[in-house]
Amino acid sequence: MLEGLNAIQLRENIRSGKIQSRQAAEYALKRIEKLNPSIGAYLNVFADKAMEQARAIDAKVAAGKPVGLLAGVPIAVKDNICYTEGTTTCGSKILANFRPPYNAHVVEKLLAADAVILGKTNLDEFAMGSSTENSGLQKTVNPWDKSRVPGGSSGGSAAAMAAGLCFAALGSDTGGSIRQPASFCGIVGLKPTYGRVSRYGLVAYGSSLDQIGPLTTCVEDAAMMLQVIAGHDQRDSTSVDNQTAPVTDYLSQVEKPIDGLKIAIVPELIDKAEASVRNAVRAALELYKKLGATLVEVQMPHFDYSIAAYYVIATAEASSNLARYDGCHYGYRSPNAHDYIEVYSKSRAEGFGAEVKRRIMLGTFALSSGYYDAYYLKALKVRNLIRRDFTNAFAKADCLMMPVAPSTAFKFGEKMDDPLQMYLADVYTLAVNLAGVPGISIPCGFDDKKLPIGLQIIGPAFSEDKLLRIGRMFESKTNYHRQKPTLQE
Amino acid sequence: MSQNINRQQVEKVAHLSRLDLTEQELELFSGQLSAIVEYIQKLNELKTDDVEPLAHCLPIHNVFRQDTVRPSLNVEKALENAPDRVDDFFKVPQILEESGA
Repeated sequence: MLEGLNAIQLRENIRSGKIQSRQAAEYALKRIEKLNPSIGAYLNVFADKAMEQARAIDAKVAAGKPVGLLAGVPIAVKDNICYTEGTTTCGSKILANFRPPYNAHVVEKLLAADAVILGKTNLDEFAMGSSTENSGLQKTVNPWDKSRVPGGSSGGSAAAMAAGLCFAALGSDTGGSIRQPASFCGIVGLKPTYGRVSRYGLVAYGSSLDQIGPLTTCVEDAAMMLQVIAGHDQRDSTSVDNQTAPVTDYLSQVEKPIDGLKIAIVPELIDKAEASVRNAVRAALELYKKLGATLVEVQMPHFDYSIAAYYVIATAEASSNLARYDGCHYGYRSPNAHDYIEVYSKSRAEGFGAEVKRRIMLGTFALSSGYYDAYYLKALKVRNLIRRDFTNAFAKADCLMMPVAPSTAFKFGEKMDDPLQMYLADVYTLAVNLAGVPGISIPCGFDDKKLPIGLQIIGPAFSEDKLLRIGRMFESKTNYHRQKPTLQE
Repeated sequence: MSQNINRQQVEKVAHLSRLDLTEQELELFSGQLSAIVEYIQKLNELKTDDVEPLAHCLPIHNVFRQDTVRPSLNVEKALENAPDRVDDFFKVPQILEESGA
């Protein structure tokens, strides 16, 4: 009865009393018990708490009381988002025992919407990575092929969705960390506009880039999740108020196609992806044409510089943000430290993994005396040029379409020895964060190994309503999002 | 490969980052960071003399709120995750030398 339902269908069934919230929670918890040991999506599962939440929602429904937008929907949350239940580890040894004293804004919003929080999902340590291989705590596999990565950094949330271990999930996206794992796992992933969702309680990585967003089975569910989490919060001064950019009704509009849709494309960018990916993206564009859309070829001469700019800006911000892990206030303290400098330097050296150390070092270098102008300031100027490319493209079209990643999910270990190769695979996603605009990944095909391919749709700032509608136009005519991996214990 | 960051610079950056790296890590990171920095030099292909730096993309600038007293974390909660504490304080190793005066 629960198999194959999306989050909205489940909610409707719970609201009408056909399915009880605790049946949904039990169903998800049983699947987790059976499948999580081999997939490794969850770091922590809160079975008792989830059942308690589910029973409270059933009581509300039984009493005829109003229930929220997510009534009884079992949800997974990436483990860099603070929740007072259990630990929030960021996939790092340095925070392995950290218990947040408060809930993130988005967690408050989920609970206020009557969601059931099942547990916390694995990630690349501090969200730094594109494969979840950088988790200091656990390995997560791609449910479509267990010898391959789920993508990252929200790999746990994406794998949980693809394996049916939750009905919706939250992730965070600093340079593609929602869209790329969504693409690798054959689900929908939305990175909202910078400022659309409060980051209060999201452990900071690159503060001018980080944004929380949903991973779901379909566009409609993404609209519902965004509806719940979007909006102003005065505890995050970068969250935008309703006057500047109102939160519109994403959900009720999502089925409405865009008349006279104009899609910008950069043909050279599409050509850069491997054959299976570029063919799937081109086929998707053909379908949009059949639906009445016009393709507009545009130039984005600075797009190619986004990898270099991103890995300066993001690491500079990370080096500053991660200075807080000092072995004194919270987190791991080395037992081998003899003086206060060693409390810092040994706790950090023993607590952080290799990729986090590399990024802190790179960022510290870019900000250090004598190099600041040549690297950091230069990257900020190039960031402006990249944003102009988007502004120019959006002057000619409603949205931009391109691949999410140059390939489908790669094998474990394939890029681990060469960090630069891993960074280069982020070519399609980073510019979106640098420009602060929203992007969505929707399933658009499979390669010959039956690995999912994602189509990336990018829109102007605060155009999520339109972006979701554009995504839904394709989804409503295709079946890619309904395909599920075959799973054995 | 040209050394864009030499071993000495990597040691300096590790010190600035307060990372007590092993000999092996210093060696590994020297090579990897050098390759990454070489790639980043790509930015110099672009002329940016007349371009303003862009630190963030928000349509807002200063954000003010009323200066009113609001509840915040209490001492117990703030200390809950401390690796070490004494009474109501975080406990750390001695920072200042004993003064002879």
